[in-house]
Amino acid sequence: MSKLFDDRRKQLFTLKKMRENLNGKGDVPETTYTCPICNKEHEKSKLSLNLYVCEACGHHFPISARTRINQLVDRKTFREHTGKLNSSDPISFPGYLNKLGENQGKTGNTDAIVTGVGNIEGNKVEIIVLDPTFMMGSMGSVVGEEFTRAVEHAMKHKLPVLCISASGGARMQEGMFSLMQMAKTSAAVEKFSQMGGFYLSLLTHPTMGGVSASFAMLGDIILAEPGALIGFAGPRVIEQTIHQKLPKGFQRAEFQEEHGFVDSVVTRKSLKKTIGMLLLMHTNTKG
Amino acid sequence: MMSKKLTAYQKVMLARDTKRPKTEDFIQALFDDFIELKGDRLGKEDSGILGGIGWFHGRAVTVIGHRKGRTMEENVKYNFGMPEPEGYRKALRLMEQAEKFGRPVITFIDTPGAYPGLEAEEHGQSIAIATSIARMSSLRVPVIAIITGEGNSGGALAIAVANSVIMYENAVYSILSPEGFASILYKDASQSANACEAMKMTAKDLYDFGIIDKIIKEPAGGMQEDWAGAFKDLDKVLTKELRKYDSLSDIALAEHRYQKFRRIDENYLLDERKMGDR
Repeated sequence: MSKLFDDRRKQLFTLKKMRENLNGKGDVPETTYTCPICNKEHEKSKLSLNLYVCEACGHHFPISARTRINQLVDRKTFREHTGKLNSSDPISFPGYLNKLGENQGKTGNTDAIVTGVGNIEGNKVEIIVLDPTFMMGSMGSVVGEEFTRAVEHAMKHKLPVLCISASGGARMQEGMFSLMQMAKTSAAVEKFSQMGGFYLSLLTHPTMGGVSASFAMLGDIILAEPGALIGFAGPRVIEQTIHQKLPKGFQRAEFQEEHGFVDSVVTRKSLKKTIGMLLLMHTNTKG
Repeated sequence: MMSKKLTAYQKVMLARDTKRPKTEDFIQALFDDFIELKGDRLGKEDSGILGGIGWFHGRAVTVIGHRKGRTMEENVKYNFGMPEPEGYRKALRLMEQAEKFGRPVITFIDTPGAYPGLEAEEHGQSIAIATSIARMSSLRVPVIAIITGEGNSGGALAIAVANSVIMYENAVYSILSPEGFASILYKDASQSANACEAMKMTAKDLYDFGIIDKIIKEPAGGMQEDWAGAFKDLDKVLTKELRKYDSLSDIALAEHRYQKFRRIDENYLLDERKMGDR
């Protein structure tokens, strides 16, 4: 057991070193962005002012967890919980530690999740954000554990929970440990819900697989950003299974709204206000 | 013995062998007077999941499992054991019914995964699985899951959130089918034999990780060589496991299950605060 501990400690410090060497910047580094829908070129500074939404066609660019928090949370109110947990590479998957190190350097985060407490439109809320820039926001043991700790923190302090998903699904490199996170996180939401807690889930591009089939779809209220891909199986897998082309707009946020799985598709510009109002409506029921 | 030398890939082949007993065979052998209960009460019956009530040594229990066929005709009917959302909604209905009447829930896991189809997505595969996992975690009755063949992805976990998770020695349990895993990580589905090793999906791997609780041994060639022996062993294990939970209150049973999954990876997380610099 002590050898195991030593090995893991070694792994941890290899990761830490990589993170320090790479010196993270957080957001995507390019200075100009091309809209993948209408091909319009955007300068980063302008796009950032427009919340990373294409002004020409309304396409919502994926954004990092930090950017998301800056957009939504009232200034100087965010207190972060995350940053100390690291994956131990539990199934010793070749190349995984290096991949983690690279992503840690790129994003400045230890994994694909940021959690903390902050105010939105003056309403105090537990905030959980998955980071699509870190290994596609995939859920391994760190994401599952941090999510669960945040929900437990909210239970203890009687706070509502806002979770913003952006994830390709379970993290393959952690094998069954990733599958178990679906049980751990869903069980935490179930407990929180049975205690009367309000859980607001926002689905952003993409919310797929093991994340969509666990905590992301368990919201009391589920919102989605326009155009977000939301589903269990990926479109490519479905096409290969059924041997036919999928209809346009399949699995997009609007499709999910039409089929009854999303309460409302909300543009990024209206998000802060809508979320703030929903939080307020769940604190004030006495009149 | 011989089965110890098998590679993970060989185990996958054994686990998928059509000669291996299926959920229906286990039910017939272990539970008396089984009555099948069908339908999700929302518009459909999905026979990819089989559920009902039967006697286990004089005690009424709810039994739910993935249903694979043996012939092509059966497999088409049961969709090769790949449930659609309606199947998971039926499973959840039967689990909540079991809770209402205080019956233990026993589940049999044997699926390539939840069905990745167009209608399955339109009908909410994600939320059906998510809800089943969440609700199963808080059931106030004993829940025992047995992985008999292959248990792949959320489609397996949806009915495997149990107080005791038991695996047959040559069964496999994994995040995704080895073919799907290879196609995602190696961009090549034909690499699935390599994926089987890398994924750590055998009963022994998962027992060592603390992800499953018990392994039922199989003879050389797998339990397909000795159905009667396989049934007898499971009968013993089930009796023992159910007795273990007799003394727990309904709330304690739910809490036991919660804590089991809450702590399932606690020895595999690195906390910078606890480890100190060197």
